[in-house]
Amino acid sequence: MEGLTLSDAEQKYYSDLFSYCDIESTKKVVVNGRVLELFRAAQLPNDVVLQIMELCGATRLGYFGRSQFYIALKLVAVAQSGFPLRVESINTVKDLPLPRFVASKNEQESRHTASYSSDSESQGSYSGVIPPPPGRGQVKKGPGSHDVVQPRPSADQQEPASPVVSPQQSPPTSPHTWRKHSRHPSGGNSERPLTGPGPFWSPFGDAQPGSSAGDAVWSGHSPPPPQENWVSFADTPPTSTLLTMHPASVQDQTTVRTVASATTANEIRRQSSSCDDPWKITDEQRQYYVNQFTTIQPDLNGFIPGSAAKEFFTKSKLPILELSHIWELSDFDKDGALTLDEFCAAFHLVVARKNGYDLPEKLPESLMPKLIDLEDSADVGDQPGEVGYSGSPAEAPPSKSPSMPSLNQTWPELNQSSEWETFSERSSSSQTLTQFDSNIAPADPDTAIVHPVPIRMTPSKIHMQEMELKRTSSDHTNPTSPLLVKTSDLSEESKINSSVKFPSGNTVADGYSSSDSFPSDPEQIGSSVTRQRSHSGASPDNTAPPPPPPRPQPSHSRSSSLDMNRTFAVTTGQQQAGVVAHPPAVPPRPQPSQAPGPSVHRPVDADGLITHTSTSPQQIPEQPNFADFSQFEVFAASNVTEEQDSEAEKHPEVLPAEKASDPAGSLRVAQTDGKIEEKTAASVPANVSKGTTPLAPPPKPVRRRLKSEDELRPDVDEHTQKTGVLAAVLAPQPSIPRSVGKDKKAIQASIRRNKETNTVLARLNSELQQQLKDVLEERISLEVQLEQLRPFSHL
Amino acid sequence: MAVCIAVIAKENYPLYIRSTPTEDELKFHYMVHTSLDVVDEKISAMGKALVDQRELYLGLLYPTEDYKVYGYVTNSKVKFVMVVDSSNTALRDNEIRSMFRKLHNSYTDVMCNPFYNPGDRIQSRAFDNMVTSMMIQVC
Repeated sequence: MEGLTLSDAEQKYYSDLFSYCDIESTKKVVVNGRVLELFRAAQLPNDVVLQIMELCGATRLGYFGRSQFYIALKLVAVAQSGFPLRVESINTVKDLPLPRFVASKNEQESRHTASYSSDSESQGSYSGVIPPPPGRGQVKKGPGSHDVVQPRPSADQQEPASPVVSPQQSPPTSPHTWRKHSRHPSGGNSERPLTGPGPFWSPFGDAQPGSSAGDAVWSGHSPPPPQENWVSFADTPPTSTLLTMHPASVQDQTTVRTVASATTANEIRRQSSSCDDPWKITDEQRQYYVNQFTTIQPDLNGFIPGSAAKEFFTKSKLPILELSHIWELSDFDKDGALTLDEFCAAFHLVVARKNGYDLPEKLPESLMPKLIDLEDSADVGDQPGEVGYSGSPAEAPPSKSPSMPSLNQTWPELNQSSEWETFSERSSSSQTLTQFDSNIAPADPDTAIVHPVPIRMTPSKIHMQEMELKRTSSDHTNPTSPLLVKTSDLSEESKINSSVKFPSGNTVADGYSSSDSFPSDPEQIGSSVTRQRSHSGASPDNTAPPPPPPRPQPSHSRSSSLDMNRTFAVTTGQQQAGVVAHPPAVPPRPQPSQAPGPSVHRPVDADGLITHTSTSPQQIPEQPNFADFSQFEVFAASNVTEEQDSEAEKHPEVLPAEKASDPAGSLRVAQTDGKIEEKTAASVPANVSKGTTPLAPPPKPVRRRLKSEDELRPDVDEHTQKTGVLAAVLAPQPSIPRSVGKDKKAIQASIRRNKETNTVLARLNSELQQQLKDVLEERISLEVQLEQLRPFSHL
Repeated sequence: MAVCIAVIAKENYPLYIRSTPTEDELKFHYMVHTSLDVVDEKISAMGKALVDQRELYLGLLYPTEDYKVYGYVTNSKVKFVMVVDSSNTALRDNEIRSMFRKLHNSYTDVMCNPFYNPGDRIQSRAFDNMVTSMMIQVC
């Protein structure tokens, strides 16, 4: 069908007619009988009617969909105006009067046309683009049928149906707003009382079959349809005769509704036109609502429990789904009970819905519960833009409902201050509750921080020590690999990679994140390592950022070991030289480049920074006191490879996860010989093994290796030995070109030593792991306790 | 990114299930269904003691090649199951927990509605909006 553009008035009118015809409440198809009746009422010759039907496509489709119906109506108007019936005419004929249907509609229609036009103006703001949902009470029944808001099965369905026509309509002015059909039969007629109430509560009904009482459905009532409906509520009792469909409900209502509709209707009508905000509650309405509230709950400051409210609103015969939605909107504080304001809002929404207005997705501002004095009902009406709660938080709580926990009171304020929808966000944002994330350490983004994150867990420190030791032994710059992984600084990582074992240790990594800095500061590493030792078992320390990178002081022993390593390196040229000397204390090894020397320097440096990774590259030049780089370079290169391999073997358990990566790391080490030579690679594998990052060719792999080893060594002595072993072991690795020079015996000796170191480190590792587990368990139990103690405040 | 979120009642029938429409929804339904066994297993294992001591968040129920399934159970044995795309590695456990918390809150709000009969399908728009935000946000 060609697009049909309807003016607002037309749209409303058509929607009313549609709903009138839609006695089956299908919202999609109108009963043919009804339609024919309607067309007959248009006083058109039969052939014209047939022609219309054909043109609109109903004959083709076999039924009258909404679009067909609208087109048909338009054609009726065309025909009635004397224009030839043509498909194009529906859009070309301008200013077409609304189709006239005889029978008691005449007066309605005239009234209605007038009202529609006026309505369209006043309603400009919320001209519903989409034709009013079925809720449109039988339009035809104008007389009082205004409130026949046939409760459609589900408001949502209306939406899909209306879109059928909406595109054809005049551009939706406010698609997101409520479609207010101004047409809501405000039926403010005095006659309404006769028919209105009935229809209202018997929405389904064609309760007022053609009663020409003539409440113009369209009595140009302005936006607040509810006003009419509101009246209808009260009218129900008197119109019991009209309640053909739901006498029972009517009776119920008679007991409930007491307000005289006639007077109120008139008043409403008067006032309705002045309201721009369709959702505003007028004084009369408010008064009515308050009266209803008191019938359920005498205390105006009290609540209506959910069950009572449910019964009450069920009487409105709206579908449960809609009532549920209304409840969601109106129960502002989500407490399962309605205060007076909430009740009025809910009531208002029900009335609106009955009149055909679509339910909003968000509670309109004017309906938000005002936290003001309830007695001041006059103020209630003046809601436009006056978010009462804004100013009345103080008063609200006390006045609203003393019984209400102050929390409830404050919530609306909170929400109102922000978006209403944020309410749930706020309540559910209490994610600040303790996180039961036992693996928080590994998942902790901090671990990815390159820069030295204070050591968080003792094991990490130990790891660092181990690394340190490792480093000393193998003279690899085995940076705390786990940390390396995290470090975005590739160079850093490369330095650490040597400590293959570390990479995988997440938890250790945490600790290592801090130790990441160690390469840059060997001394820190050393100190951190020692600190680790001291901290081991100190669970509280795990959560709190460990003290600043441990000072290298403790690494004295390490430094000595470094010296030894250095000596070795110098004398024997073996890698172990520096490595062996590394005691658990992480030697300061700020610069990876100083790998060779770092082991020596580290202890010397006072920084015990473990952030080798990040700073190592930079610090290389800064540490003049580092040992002879060149020799270590060579040494480191070979060591790196060796170390990685050996470390892989030696420290299988040093770091639980890292272990796994060791072999990989070592393999990689072999492959990165070239890198090692450049003092870059070796650590990469370790890093890679860590699994996360980048392996960026370690800028100073060799050095790093050393450092990492050093850091890893928890036990000075053990590690020194191990480092020596490592060095020895690593040195002879044939995979490394440099090590080629070692004779087999040396290699074997180094292997043996490395193995010894490995076992020691493994032991150490297991101890540390155990400590870690204990600490984590403590932590989890504490968190659980905390969670239990803390009430579900967000609910 | 949650590709599927489901709320299962105590009797193990779904109260609400929604998945990203781009995928084959049946597959997700099946995954949720099979995950119920895992949930029951975890509940029975943990719930020997008082229910209070049992944590509501069950964690990763089981991972598949493309997806991971997380579970959460309330004290009234209503289960929330969430299927997450594995490609989203940045999704951490904390985030999953917070998502479940939000789900729980929204579910509570739905229950508070007197017009909602426990055991009915959840048709609350607010709940839908919240789930939509979760399914998109995590993307």
